[in-house]
Amino acid sequence: MSLRIVVPVKYVPDATGDRHFADDLTVDRDDVDGLLSELDEYAVEQALQISENSDDDVEITVLTVGPEDAKDALRKALSMGADQAIHVEDDDLHGTDAIGTSLVLARAIEKAGYDLVLSGMASTDGVMGVVPALLAERLGVPQVTLLSEVALEDGTVRGRRDGDAATEQLEASLPAVVSVTDQSGEARYPSFKGIMAAKKKPVTSWDLSDLDLEAEEVGLEGAYTVVESATERPARTAGTIVKDEGEGGRQLAAFLASQKFV
Amino acid sequence: MAEVLVYVDHAGGAVRKPTLELLTLARRIGEPVAVALGDGAADTAATLAEHGAVKVLTHEAAEYADYLVVPKVDALQTAVAAVSPAAVLVSSSAEGKEIAARLALRLGSGVITDAIDLEAGEAGPVAVQSVFAAAFTTRSRVSKGIPVITVKPNSAAVEPAPAAGAVEALDVTFSEQAKGTKVVSRTPRESTGRPELTEAAIVVSGGRGVNGAENFAVIEALADSLGAAVGASRAAVDAGWYPHTSQVGQTGKSVSPQLYVAAGISGAIQHRAGMQTSKTIVAVNKDAEAPIFDLVDYGVVGDLFDVVPQLTEEVKARKG
Ligand SMILES: Cc1cc2nc3c(=O)[nH]c(=O)nc-3n(C[C@H](O)[C@H](O)[C@H](O)COP(=O)(O)OP(=O)(O)OC[C@H]3O[C@@H](n4cnc5c(N)ncnc54)[C@H](O)[C@@H]3O)c2cc1C
Ligand SMILES: Cc1cc2nc3c(=O)[nH]c(=O)nc-3n(C[C@H](O)[C@H](O)[C@H](O)COP(=O)(O)OP(=O)(O)OC[C@H]3O[C@@H](n4cnc5c(N)ncnc54)[C@H](O)[C@@H]3O)c2cc1C
Repeated sequence: MSLRIVVPVKYVPDATGDRHFADDLTVDRDDVDGLLSELDEYAVEQALQISENSDDDVEITVLTVGPEDAKDALRKALSMGADQAIHVEDDDLHGTDAIGTSLVLARAIEKAGYDLVLSGMASTDGVMGVVPALLAERLGVPQVTLLSEVALEDGTVRGRRDGDAATEQLEASLPAVVSVTDQSGEARYPSFKGIMAAKKKPVTSWDLSDLDLEAEEVGLEGAYTVVESATERPARTAGTIVKDEGEGGRQLAAFLASQKFV
Repeated sequence: MAEVLVYVDHAGGAVRKPTLELLTLARRIGEPVAVALGDGAADTAATLAEHGAVKVLTHEAAEYADYLVVPKVDALQTAVAAVSPAAVLVSSSAEGKEIAARLALRLGSGVITDAIDLEAGEAGPVAVQSVFAAAFTTRSRVSKGIPVITVKPNSAAVEPAPAAGAVEALDVTFSEQAKGTKVVSRTPRESTGRPELTEAAIVVSGGRGVNGAENFAVIEALADSLGAAVGASRAAVDAGWYPHTSQVGQTGKSVSPQLYVAAGISGAIQHRAGMQTSKTIVAVNKDAEAPIFDLVDYGVVGDLFDVVPQLTEEVKARKG
């Protein structure tokens, strides 16, 4: 038996950098360093654990849709231990929205072949948290999303979802789309050996024609949403800062009272 | 006037506050038609009518509780076909976003998530989003299909506006995918008696500086004096001092209260992503250089174990 896991990973601008928008109101990727979305490291980690705990032959493919530099995200995932990578890259992808991203990812996943799609809970830039659900809808398979614990056994995936109102135990048969939260377990650091090995692992590049997609189905042109404006939030006016010399709590209470909170 | 579909978030018939906010926003772009599903769906009608729903479409079936997300998408799709609305509004919970996205895909529509405001525009509703940890405000709209938009809790003040609220049963046939993901068991979260974190007007959060699960009593006491919800940083949650469901931030809850109090929290970008849109921010931290002080309206540099109990006493005294 063999099990094919595809892990979609996103290349995102570093959240600790000065993120902003380009003139066409897409994310400016030139000015800020990019990296593998940290939340996708948790997905790679769970894929590796499933592989380590399985008697089957498990093949882990990491997949990204993004510009040239997005290869960095793939390298990181490969150095953690994934087996191979697919990079979907095409100039016409610039400005793709969530509906479009899910279309490209779904085509690539189908072309690659899969038993399990294992993704992060949300990207750290768009933070929509919708791509896994969109993939399940497109692929016509169950979504078992936002899991803080995941286990795979005999073709059934089980997991725990900590929702707003309740904790749920979920179950579905493969093929399925799973997404994991940052509560699922710390992601490993790539070892030196892993980093060296990653250099030799295969990275396949596909463009839109490889996926039978037309330029107008994706990118800004194909988008189902338009950003009309993006404005920097005015810096907060400097607040009052006091040092506690025995009266700090009472001073704060007086401030809260002046703002009618008390 | 065009109709606007509002997905109702309720617990056994008790409508959650974010849904009332959606009804208020929906009235800016049309006439709200509410869709309430599952156990107690019909019991929501009176509240929804009071807040502007001209119609309440209901459907009760075990599938909504027994399977994840998809049965609700099936029902909303049926409702859209029945109503042909100008937009569909869902509140921005994790599940709400997934429902919205799948519905949009089926309708051939775009989806916008986490709007913090909504306006009528010439080419359809315009959604305001706060992005990149609240560093930017964007205005976007859906350009294809029926706009499907999710709105964050606390984005509008609830305004009652009595309407007919006529209840109609929805006739839903579930899709093949509906039973794909079984909910094997469900353990409801125990109520703390405090307000719901995302809906609360005041949130008091503790971080690594609280230094222990038992010390969270200090945070809770302040919260109770203010009638607030309790939040926590990821460091506090990861240490096991407070439940994950109380985590505020990028991977936790995003809150937008009138007042946010951060005690022993440094203010990392991922934490700020979840609280930076709070109207008034105050912090207590013993490190004058902590980044949280860049955000505050009022900050106290000091030991939280001195400052917070004193604050609590003073609040109680002032409230009499
Ligand atoms: C600030 C901001 C706001 C946005 N708002 C909207 C909006 O309201 N509507 C809209 O349609 N689009 C929006 N977008 C665009 C949207 O973020 C992108 O289209 C994105 O590729 C898909 O959404 P996400 O990154 O938020 O994915 P999420 O759903 O948050 O990501 C979940 C998971 O999907 C996988 N994934 C996502 N993107 C990729 C990728 N390119 N390659 C590989 N795996 C991936 C990863 O596993 C990731 O962890 C926004 C973008 C930004 C930067
Ligand atoms: C992908 C990703 C997602 C994340 N998501 C989140 C998230 O959703 N929410 C979140 O909070 N974090 C998140 N984080 C973690 C985040 O980066 C920080 O590590 C975290 O917010 C730190 O929590 P803290 O401020 O409590 O702890 P610290 O950064 O350790 O700060 C503790 C503060 O307490 C102060 N202090 C100590 N003792 C006292 C005292 N007695 N009195 C007063 N002050 C005192 C210290 O001066 C310090 O400033 C995420 C990280 C990653 C990588």
